[in-house]
Amino acid sequence: MNKKESPLKRLWNKDGTKSIVSSLISILIGMVVGGIIVLIVGLTNDTISVKGAFEGIKLIFFGILSTGRDAAGNLTFGFSPVNLGNMLFRATPIILTGLSVAVAFKTGLFNIGASGQYLMGTAATLYLALTIPTSSVPAWLVWIIAFAGGIIAGALWGAIPGLLKAHLNINEVLACIMTNWIAANLVTWFFESSPLRNSMDYGKTGYIQKTTANAVSTAKLGLDRIFPGSQVNAGILIAILLAVLIYILMSKTTLGFELKACGSNRHAAKYAGIKDKKSIVLSMAIAGALSGAAASLYYLSGNTEFFWSTYQSLPAEGFNGIPVALLAYNNPIGVIFSGCFMSMLNIAGQQLKTLTAYNEYITDIIIAAIVYLSAFSLFIKMIINGRKKRKKEEVPVPTADSDIGDDGAGIKPAEDQEGKENS
Amino acid sequence: MNSEYIIEMLHITKEFPGIVANDDITLQLKKGEIHALLGENGAGKSTLMSVLFGLYQAEKGVIKKNGEVVDIKNPNEATALGIGMVHQHFKLVDVFTVLDNIILGAETTKLGFLQKKEARKKIQELSEKYGLNVDLDAKVEDITVGMQQRVEILKMLYRENEILIFDEPTAVLTPQEIDELMEIMRNFAKEGKSILFITHKLNEIMAVSDRVTVLRKGKCVGTVNTADTTKQELSTMMVGRPVQLEVQKDEAKPEENILEVSDLVVPSKHHGKNAVNGVSFSVRSGEIVCIAGIDGNGQTELVQGITGLEKISGGKVMLCGKDITKMNIRNKNKTGLSHIPEDRHKHGLVLDFTLEDNLVLQRYYEPEFQKLGFIKHANVRAHAEKLIKQFDVRSGQGPITIVRSMSGGNQQKAIIARELDRDLPLIIAVQPTRGLDVGAIEYIHSQLVKARDDGKAILLVSLELDEVMSVSDRILVMYEGEIVGELDPKKTTVSELGLYMAGTKNDFKEEKTDE
Repeated sequence: MNKKESPLKRLWNKDGTKSIVSSLISILIGMVVGGIIVLIVGLTNDTISVKGAFEGIKLIFFGILSTGRDAAGNLTFGFSPVNLGNMLFRATPIILTGLSVAVAFKTGLFNIGASGQYLMGTAATLYLALTIPTSSVPAWLVWIIAFAGGIIAGALWGAIPGLLKAHLNINEVLACIMTNWIAANLVTWFFESSPLRNSMDYGKTGYIQKTTANAVSTAKLGLDRIFPGSQVNAGILIAILLAVLIYILMSKTTLGFELKACGSNRHAAKYAGIKDKKSIVLSMAIAGALSGAAASLYYLSGNTEFFWSTYQSLPAEGFNGIPVALLAYNNPIGVIFSGCFMSMLNIAGQQLKTLTAYNEYITDIIIAAIVYLSAFSLFIKMIINGRKKRKKEEVPVPTADSDIGDDGAGIKPAEDQEGKENS
Repeated sequence: MNSEYIIEMLHITKEFPGIVANDDITLQLKKGEIHALLGENGAGKSTLMSVLFGLYQAEKGVIKKNGEVVDIKNPNEATALGIGMVHQHFKLVDVFTVLDNIILGAETTKLGFLQKKEARKKIQELSEKYGLNVDLDAKVEDITVGMQQRVEILKMLYRENEILIFDEPTAVLTPQEIDELMEIMRNFAKEGKSILFITHKLNEIMAVSDRVTVLRKGKCVGTVNTADTTKQELSTMMVGRPVQLEVQKDEAKPEENILEVSDLVVPSKHHGKNAVNGVSFSVRSGEIVCIAGIDGNGQTELVQGITGLEKISGGKVMLCGKDITKMNIRNKNKTGLSHIPEDRHKHGLVLDFTLEDNLVLQRYYEPEFQKLGFIKHANVRAHAEKLIKQFDVRSGQGPITIVRSMSGGNQQKAIIARELDRDLPLIIAVQPTRGLDVGAIEYIHSQLVKARDDGKAILLVSLELDEVMSVSDRILVMYEGEIVGELDPKKTTVSELGLYMAGTKNDFKEEKTDE
């Protein structure tokens, strides 16, 4: 049967292809639903005309290409360096928190503690970047120290739930939620009495200075010439590089093999002489390091101040890592694209707010709807698989010894197994 | 319309994508008979029973009850027709009591309140009548597997089923419990209940059944009267070729000590006493030493103590002259220990990994498979292809098959391939043939004997008396964490072995009077 298949069909039958297709379908459904919400809100709202509602839909789909309005008041679309550049800038942290969640998932752990790790990374990075004097230490070295500090802080914070899981068998989800709030309060306490609080810029209070106050910021590496006027910097390149490195780590190295084996079956890993406790702690530390790196790159951009009074809320970047990872099927390379997609929605929402009468809250709802439906990708993949199976049943059934491998997806009831196994 | 048969499954065909699980199978069950359904793993036995129980719908064929065609769409309809099933993996709620489990789904209520008293009375009557001893107020998680099975049986009786399906009921039982179950089944038959008994164990069929239907690769090979057939004939029908039921082996030529265990103590996880209490023995190269005993007498803990999966609290383990007592698992393995673990799903395999990855699970860190921490995928693939060919491991997609989708027999073959290929001086095999069919058992036994003849030292732990008697060169019997006897399989009998296993005989008691 296999020999007759065309290359296209073989590509279609690959698991990866199905994953990508199902992710794309769920994104499309999500955007359509988002569009419908925009339409309903627009039509039921007096301040928004029918034209305005349709403009809203256009922006949901093509907001990233929006270039504003022309003299006649019509929306214009085209290459928008500002939007694209900002999309890449905002994608940077969520690609990394997405990687953080994906790495943990791949090793059998649910890292819901990305927010806490992100906060610890933020605190370490800002403290180092703002207190090491650039008058005596070169700025690039301060940058590296601050980046490393953020990564280490995140890794240590991530290792805590890992240690609890490995040695006391405490569920990592619980431990992660606890450490999230501990981090939120710890960071608030740390900055409350710190001299880094900013009152000189615009007289704002409650913020920590931008790292540019100490002349530390991520290099642009010419990206500012490609996307003039945007906030983009080399951080996105570092994020992509880290994604590639994680991909190599997980699929090409013995360490990745050990981490995955331990995540998939801790007992079998132990039996094979893999240090199961070490592996669990290491998985969580790597996940934490990635979340810490996310915070580092975001704040080292020098574009943003940090609202230090975090004890009441956790940074959204941490939780956004979860849909980013799900949408990418925990594939590190896929995370680059799903992270960009999520930040693209963010930009589209912003365009919706500035160019139409929709307010910022409605754009959040729409983004949430899209994210929700995007997480359905697994369900859609099941439908794709199911359709294929039904199709197969129609063709003449081969003998018992032929290829049945792709039925192993695990979505069949267990009673099924004996009948289809060939022994 | 009256019929000699209570249930008839006529020309049943059930297809799954890519495979015909049941191909035109006819099975006729007489009232009051014990009818065995025999076949290798994957022959379609469970599928056929699932069709009868309403879990699957057959594409072709009809089911008749007392000569009338019935249409069974789901298990509830099967229950209504008086069909009950004890599944291979019990379907019980662990945290419920035995009583609650039995009445679950068939509760008698008055004004919305459970009438447990009546239920209790009815169940007590049933359990006395059939000698099904259970503690109705114990929680299921606290009772033995044998008792859990009796709970499942009582569930069927409570629902007044008259057609009882037992799916591989003896796979999880000790020899004594098997005997009890056989007795219970005979009582049922006497009472006029009809029993369908799925198994691949020939001894049990010969002991208890009236007729046997044999399936092979989804097809019905035939139905025979048990009295008119032999084990050899049945196994040939089942496998499709003559099978060596007896293990072929020459005299053992043991040489130097490979494994020396002295005064090993392993604490128990379940109770305060030691699971293994001062066990000493040695295994020499070129011999198969078998640890016999009833399940739960410390065999599992003994092996886990030696291999490092469990912490020990005393004693010493020497392997090839090196003290490995305090080594970590990786170093023990490297020193020369192959381990075919008791629980192949828990310890033996990473089920969601591919076959090729599982085949290097013990060796991925060796220079052959990695360089500077990067896995050499080409070598992993080549290694998998070599082992698949050499050990005839069958799977859907070869090296890249996800192990979870493979049959139990082939999963076990993969473990055996991996462990024997490592070519280490000591092989510890714990129940290597559990749950496997005759063909696979024959193969695994011959591989163990071959390894022995190559000069390996083999420590075999088995609960199957046949296996103990036929494969081993020396038998050590464990009872309550201690070795109570050392026997020569050529000189002893099964009944003598049984006495040691039950703790009635103990050769070493005098030496241990201080305890």
